[in-house]
Amino acid sequence: MSKQRKAVALISGGLDSMLAAKVIMEQGIHVEGINFFTGFCVEGHTHAIREHNSSKPNRNNALWVAEQLGIKLHIVDVIEEYKKVLINPRHGYGTHMNPCLDCKIFMVNKAKQWIVENDFDFIITGEVIGQRPMSQTKSKMPIVSKQSGADDLLLRPMCAKNLPATLPEIEGWVDREKLYSITGRSRKPQMEMAKEFGIEDYSQPAGGCCFLTDKFYSAKLVDLWKAQGSKDYELDDIMLLKVGRHIRPKPHFKLIIAREEGEGRFLQGYKKEFISLHCSSHPGPLALIDGELSAEDIYFSARVVARYGQGRDAEQVDITVTEKDGSDRVIQVKPFAKEEVPNEWHV
Amino acid sequence: MQAIKETLNARRLLCPLPVIRTQDKVKQLKPGDLLEVICTDPGVMHDIPAWCRINGHTVLETSSGNHEYIITIRVGE
Ligand code: SF4
Repeated sequence: MSKQRKAVALISGGLDSMLAAKVIMEQGIHVEGINFFTGFCVEGHTHAIREHNSSKPNRNNALWVAEQLGIKLHIVDVIEEYKKVLINPRHGYGTHMNPCLDCKIFMVNKAKQWIVENDFDFIITGEVIGQRPMSQTKSKMPIVSKQSGADDLLLRPMCAKNLPATLPEIEGWVDREKLYSITGRSRKPQMEMAKEFGIEDYSQPAGGCCFLTDKFYSAKLVDLWKAQGSKDYELDDIMLLKVGRHIRPKPHFKLIIAREEGEGRFLQGYKKEFISLHCSSHPGPLALIDGELSAEDIYFSARVVARYGQGRDAEQVDITVTEKDGSDRVIQVKPFAKEEVPNEWHV
Repeated sequence: MQAIKETLNARRLLCPLPVIRTQDKVKQLKPGDLLEVICTDPGVMHDIPAWCRINGHTVLETSSGNHEYIITIRVGE
């Protein structure tokens, strides 16, 4: 009997990678999923933090897809290694701060290492030619194969017929005739395939698989790098960029103000790392201050924070300033009027 | 009741990090061992059981209170 061949599928949680895995499973290949957590993935976070998003299904799509397919899923923490991809992408950024091509190369390279360590035969992805302007054009496909080191062990079942045959096809582990030749941005062929396979429920992320394709998120990241004078980051930094209103009244400090209770609770967890402010005479949000501040800056920040609480129209409100060591004091301030917090301060 | 072999503190981590930490911890345990995971992200109530189902582990108990979520897992084969 011929050897049972095994493939690892890059599972993003979207429909394309789900279909790609399914196509290969149908050919009798043993498939397991792999999902990389860069810290920027859309999965989970905002719904976990923000309460008003709870109407959306509260699930991790990659896990959900794996369960639908009946395959194992390996989630790999690549937060540290991903920094070099994002900070210095060889092929540059996309429309926003998304280094998609370098990201793909990085992930396929990690998958290559994984198959070597786990004795798997090849890698599959849900890439479709022409689907995304930056990383999924026909000319980019060989770049990913080559620079990731996966070479002809990388099979893209969704558009394989438009690409040179890979080793699994040449060796006859999979039947090339039963692979697909989907190109372009239309989602129709995928939806038809889903129907054929009886897949009814799936997620269709609009932009991409991560926050780096988001205009507002990218602006906050650029602001962070500019303020600290270097392109570095820690996980907490990039998590905080997903939460609250970010207001930078002066170059050397920024306020992160909770927009609702869930965010407030999340920000509470950072009170040992940041000076925090909250209104104690009226209901109002918790705010963290990121930066080195003078007494005058703190007073100024308190007036901004007061603007976002229910005491915004009062003559004077009490703002409690809590130091990182937990000690606190109360200051009285006059909330800023709307026009005193210009739009340019909003990051 | 069998004793908890290990307790994993996944407080303040957001999904999927609690799942990743659980996955890494389970690798160090033996089949049949009990692992207790304590989290603050409500998403874990969904994600950890899903992860267990697809990887052959069993969720024995889940509880929550005071904005914490505790999941007890029996490691599968
Ligand atoms: S959208 Fe994000 S995760 Fe997806 S390829 Fe681009 S950079 Fe990578």
